[in-house]
Amino acid sequence: MTNMMSYGLEIGQMLLALALAPGLVGLVRWLKARLQNRLGAPPWQPYLELRKWLAKDVVMSTNASWIFQATPYIVFGSTVTVTLLVPLIATPIAFDAVGDLLVVVYLLLLGTFFLALAGLDAGTAFGGMGASREMTIAAIAEPTIALSISGLAIGSGSTNLGQILTTTLTDPAAAISPSHFLAFAALFIVVLAETGRLPIDNPATHLELTMIHEAMILEYSGRYLALIEWASWTKFLLFLSLLANLFVPWGMATLVTLPTLALATAAWIGKLILLASAIALLETRVAKLRLFRVPELLSLSFVLALLAVTSSLVLK
Amino acid sequence: MMQTLFLLTICAYSLGALGAILGGRGQLGRSLVGALAAIGATAGLLLGLTVIFTGQSFTAFVPALLPVGGGLALRLDPLGAFFLSVIGVVAIPASLYGIAYNEIYESERGSLRLLGAMFNLFLLAMSLVTLADNVFTFLLMWEGMSLTSYFLVITESDEAETIRAGNWYIAVTHVGVAFLVAAFLMLTGNASGAFSDLRVHASNLSPLARDLVFLLTLLGFGSKAGIIPLHVWLPRAHPAAPSYVSALMSGVMIKLGIYGLLRVALDFLGGGPAWWGVLVLVVGSVSAVLGVLYALMEHDLKRLLAYHSVENIGIILMGIGAGLLFHSYGSMSLAVLGLVGGLYHTLNHASFKGLLFLGAGSVLHATGTRNMEEMGGLMKRMPWTALFFLIGAAAISALPPLNGFVSEWLVFQALLKGLNIPGIEAAIAMPLAVGMLALTSGLAAACFVKAFGITFLAMPRSHEAESARESPLLMRIGMGMLAAICVVLGPGAIAVIPLLSRILVGLGGLAEVPVSLTEGVSLQVPTSSSQIALPTLALALLLAIGSIPVILKLLRVNFRLRRSESWGCGLTELTPRMEYTATAFAEPLRRVFAELYRPSKELTIDTHPESKYFVQSIAYRSEITPWFDRMLYTPLLHLIGYIANKIRRLQSGLVHLYLLYLALALMGLIFASRWIER
Repeated sequence: MTNMMSYGLEIGQMLLALALAPGLVGLVRWLKARLQNRLGAPPWQPYLELRKWLAKDVVMSTNASWIFQATPYIVFGSTVTVTLLVPLIATPIAFDAVGDLLVVVYLLLLGTFFLALAGLDAGTAFGGMGASREMTIAAIAEPTIALSISGLAIGSGSTNLGQILTTTLTDPAAAISPSHFLAFAALFIVVLAETGRLPIDNPATHLELTMIHEAMILEYSGRYLALIEWASWTKFLLFLSLLANLFVPWGMATLVTLPTLALATAAWIGKLILLASAIALLETRVAKLRLFRVPELLSLSFVLALLAVTSSLVLK
Repeated sequence: MMQTLFLLTICAYSLGALGAILGGRGQLGRSLVGALAAIGATAGLLLGLTVIFTGQSFTAFVPALLPVGGGLALRLDPLGAFFLSVIGVVAIPASLYGIAYNEIYESERGSLRLLGAMFNLFLLAMSLVTLADNVFTFLLMWEGMSLTSYFLVITESDEAETIRAGNWYIAVTHVGVAFLVAAFLMLTGNASGAFSDLRVHASNLSPLARDLVFLLTLLGFGSKAGIIPLHVWLPRAHPAAPSYVSALMSGVMIKLGIYGLLRVALDFLGGGPAWWGVLVLVVGSVSAVLGVLYALMEHDLKRLLAYHSVENIGIILMGIGAGLLFHSYGSMSLAVLGLVGGLYHTLNHASFKGLLFLGAGSVLHATGTRNMEEMGGLMKRMPWTALFFLIGAAAISALPPLNGFVSEWLVFQALLKGLNIPGIEAAIAMPLAVGMLALTSGLAAACFVKAFGITFLAMPRSHEAESARESPLLMRIGMGMLAAICVVLGPGAIAVIPLLSRILVGLGGLAEVPVSLTEGVSLQVPTSSSQIALPTLALALLLAIGSIPVILKLLRVNFRLRRSESWGCGLTELTPRMEYTATAFAEPLRRVFAELYRPSKELTIDTHPESKYFVQSIAYRSEITPWFDRMLYTPLLHLIGYIANKIRRLQSGLVHLYLLYLALALMGLIFASRWIER
């Protein structure tokens, strides 16, 4: 792989992720509406929302400081950096040695950290409530993420995504094991928590006492809101891609030629649509959990991850 | 050259102490005392760096002043040099900061003379602990460090709370010293107290004696480092001390416990069986998780930071425990990985905890309170302090690309590698340790959103916070230096980590492990194929963040901004009373971990005598008593009190009875010595 091409691939996958993220969220919303016998907004509605927000004025609280203004850029910037680190359609990528899975997780935590600060910045009760809940869930979800990462790292001995993927691709027999499925289940629950989906948080909610992510960003408007929402949609896409590629890497391109890349992109989008449908189905079937029941769900995911790691150690 | 630096360190601190006793008041006096401390710290830092870079130990020439126990012997090897450098990194900014901070003690509150003298002597004693080359010198300097810091803790002795904190500190520290004396006596045996003899003698000890020495040192040094449950003095004493002293105590002094542990367990004993490592790992994990959980419930800004010191000592010990475990299995390069993680976290914690304590001191200086519930809105009133505190908060929350992330990444990698250790115990212990470390860092992030958000953001919650002013220049310089170090040590890890692995060479048979620096920027850990490139990552992050506004401008996005009141759900005005409080912020986590906290609740509702539906007043009180206070220390204190009461009967006040005691004690000693001889 020549340097030019690999960097081109990096930029390409970043732009692709950013471009597809609103569509993916729109698709989930549309599917959910159809499953619930509603007509629903078309899947491209999020693009229109982005355009609308980017055209509007920003209204900023007089209480707020520069944290409020810097946060959208930090959140969006850290998410964009993550799109460079996660192999989406091809592996290994040029930035593979720049950051491993831990860097991915902690970069996303950087965004959450600043969002929570911005939630407190306006001095409203809603913002504080959202910030407090978001950080609680982020903190409790952290052990599961770390354990799933360890489970994935056992095989290849590395936390770098490229290495993990290559190991799974070259030795599929080793990958298909009980621990593989357990780790997938654990990570799936955590992805729901991290991206604010049902049953942990309701993305469709607005102005309810149960909201988490929405409460935190309630004071945002205009281009700031556009950046934050776009970043959170991209985060959703990234987590689904991680789920898809880490556990079912087949279909990813290992050579950079136009046909293989086109095929890999198609496979990736197909996997995303599959996962998105699963989430839409799940969200029509389950109700939101009470906030204080969420830790139980997350400890379940922790136990799953722990089982995944120990079983793979015992079976090794 | 090295001798000059050494003499400069000693002289500057001594002159500083002397100057403080003679003068030390007023602008000039304070500046002189602080400047001398800063010079001493700089010389110490340079000396440490020289030894680390050249890799050659430095033996100081000391005249035989004290003929007892082999006299003073001072020698600086790379391990000691690392800790001497850590002292310098925090002591320089803290001394400068102290010059301005000490102004509040110009009035009668506390004695500036004592404070200045003890501060310099404290730094001197700490530096000499790292230089000590025989048991006598080590214990002397260790005790000196404890006593001087005790006097620093009780600086504000007009408050009963401070005196009580000092009592806790002096009691726990002396229990620790008792363990250390026992450990060193066993190590020394019939040999001289010189450290080189100890290494030889330690190899002749029976396995049981080695285990005992290890346990005693873990307890003794652990009480100084603040491992749970020996940490009780820490959240009491650190907040009571002047803030820049807290920075030194939390940032540096407790790290010398880590130094001692490494010195004895790895250098003298040369490593041990696997359970040593497992024990250190377990102690570290428990300290980390419980430390951060109790920090979350604190609303006293400095106590919160003190509990975070317990947490971070836990993380350091997790790295060191993993290192000792690998060492026992003979995987030396992995041992280096764990130990380097622990050592790097030691340096990082010194820088960001020092910074955070200086920041908290700056807030205390401006508002006169440590209670977070009375703060808020300081971002606009103290922009520099806020920025520096934010950097410290992000670093301690292990957010990339700052330094806290790098060391936690190293410890993570060590623990992940631990999964490959055979045996069912490792298959259970290691994943749990990984989970604990992750939980710790997640909770730390939550805690620092609370600490920064409630203190600096939104509206001021009290009159004091409203009229707060930015701190003087010297205090800002002190904080700025440490903030810069936190930022540099992130991407700069590339340069530091090879040095750290060189420090460990020769300790317990560890060889140098090359940390490969692929393409000059990427950090590849030995025997692990994981790698990260922090400089590139930092650059990518900055580029991504910086280019967004430019791209938005190019896209001709609407850039207008209006200021308006916060949306109050239809209320006409938001008051500070409606803001989220620190207690409210931590409430979900308090509920999640209710089983651990077991908060006491007291609810009193006064109703109207006519009807219970008309409530006149509601009083609600809830308190959390840490379980080790409740389960361990309260019964212990009762027991000690009971025994003391019994022993009091001996004190009759009759002189001839005392003479009898003397004679009995003497006879007892003679018999005992005869018995031991045989």
